[in-house]
Amino acid sequence: MNNVRFSRSLPYAVIGLLAMFPMLDSTFYTQLLSKVLIMAIFAMSLDLLVGYTGLVSFGHAAYFGLAGYVLALLAAKFEAVSLWWSLPAAIGICVAFALATGMLVLRTRGIYFIMVTLAFAQMLFFVFHDTKLGGGSDGIYIYTKPTMNLGDTVLVNLEKLDQFYWLVLFCTAGTYFLLRRILGSSFGRALMGIKVNEHRMRALGFPVFRYQLASFALAGGLGGLAGYLAAVQFGFVNPEILSWHQSGAVLMMVILGGMGTLHGAVIGAFAFVLLQEVLSNQAWFGIAAKHWQLAMGILIMLVALYLPQGLAGLMNKFQRKPPPEAEEGADV
Amino acid sequence: MSEAILRTEGLTKRFGGLVAVSDVSLDLHVGEVHVVIGPNGAGKSTLTNLLSGDLPATSGRVMLDGRDIAGLSSDQISRMGVGRSYQKTNIFLPFTVFENARLAAQSRTPYALRVFSGAEQYEAINALASSALESAGLAHRAQRVAATLSHGEQRQLEIAMCLATQPRVLLLDEPLAGMGPHESQRMVELIGKLRSDHAIMLIEHDMDAVFALANRLTVMVNGEVLETGSPEQVRSSPAVQAAYLGGEELLHE
Repeated sequence: MNNVRFSRSLPYAVIGLLAMFPMLDSTFYTQLLSKVLIMAIFAMSLDLLVGYTGLVSFGHAAYFGLAGYVLALLAAKFEAVSLWWSLPAAIGICVAFALATGMLVLRTRGIYFIMVTLAFAQMLFFVFHDTKLGGGSDGIYIYTKPTMNLGDTVLVNLEKLDQFYWLVLFCTAGTYFLLRRILGSSFGRALMGIKVNEHRMRALGFPVFRYQLASFALAGGLGGLAGYLAAVQFGFVNPEILSWHQSGAVLMMVILGGMGTLHGAVIGAFAFVLLQEVLSNQAWFGIAAKHWQLAMGILIMLVALYLPQGLAGLMNKFQRKPPPEAEEGADV
Repeated sequence: MSEAILRTEGLTKRFGGLVAVSDVSLDLHVGEVHVVIGPNGAGKSTLTNLLSGDLPATSGRVMLDGRDIAGLSSDQISRMGVGRSYQKTNIFLPFTVFENARLAAQSRTPYALRVFSGAEQYEAINALASSALESAGLAHRAQRVAATLSHGEQRQLEIAMCLATQPRVLLLDEPLAGMGPHESQRMVELIGKLRSDHAIMLIEHDMDAVFALANRLTVMVNGEVLETGSPEQVRSSPAVQAAYLGGEELLHE
């Protein structure tokens, strides 16, 4: 009983602790944590597809990058763009892009789905890389960060790191609770059913395609939220943010944390960004730091081999002892 | 005789050069169990797949309430009131028995797309799922994970899921396969009870069950209908005796 209460209140406790973090007054760590939380949104959005709907997308960076470019193109050079409409615009365009591409990619399955999602992301990559629209391979600077005004008062100014951090934390918590709510609903149960047995869901009368498309669009929109925040944080966008490396990185976060558990995606994002930070630290690893991807690759392989349920599964091992056998006792 | 709720006309399915179902015309009526028998490879399961929309027909029509449904997708046909069970158990193994039935029941409700309320707070859906499990004799297993059920119980769950969608037409593909005698008996009783307000097509090998339930019997061989009619007519058909029933034993039991 206590265990249940503990795991129910854990997310609130974590959010409370994270909210106090800027009081430590460390610019470096506040920035690092912002990055982690943004990646957590990105990973949760992909987990909705991979872990809950059974769609392994290898082009999720498309939405992340697209939202960044939308912000960069909307942001005027000297005057701050309003958060009120630039964020909904970025998310809206990502949802629209997801709906349009989803109509096509959702007609494929398995390896073909992976390839076609990758292809769409690469198309977007080359649109921004090879045309003047997004400044080519150099990308675009975002000189002034968005603000949220009400009349003449500035409610949120993202030039201020603390305010940016809290906004990111708010969005991460919002994404977590939104997805948890959705996954517990009839809609979410249907998605899980589709992941387990798509054929049977169809035979039961579920319009599977529409459910998948809705999930795809929601994941695209939330991926866009993460991409928008990332563009604000770094102050520029370039084609790298929608490269396939980025799609691969977020997929690794989901696998590292454990597919099909929302908190797993968050843990995966933490672990991935922090590991990247540690392994590429020259003071600690010297020459090996340059090749941090090698060490990361080995770690991911170990997780895939020995922790198929990711780091979240590891936590469960320590927390709960009796697995399904306990149910045998309930036999009549 | 009431009008047929589901009727096929000249239904044909070709896989390349193979004609799996050839020019089949049959009809299903509420209050009747229409049993389809035939040796393995006769095209019985393919016929079911054509009726349920799992496979598209090569030619011919499937009329449901006078409307041609051939070419519609399986989820559309399911929502029009045609429920089916599978010969090979086709359930959600990692979910609980109750969740299997609840998902099936959920598919029938306008709430299905409600995104923010918890899935289990719709009393009508829960009640539908519970009563389907009750009918199929699985109420006591509701909280078990489906993968841990015995083979026979998984077959029962297959039927329960079908019932939870509240179909008018039931297509049952060998529901008794792999069931013990006790479970078989129960299933025969259940199908008998469902007959009064459903049109049922039953594919079955168990001859005791076939003759206990059949109001109408169709014999298929090599994709074609060899004989169709009342069980007595079919039994006394010389063609059937020669081709399938193998003569004496069945006639003089």
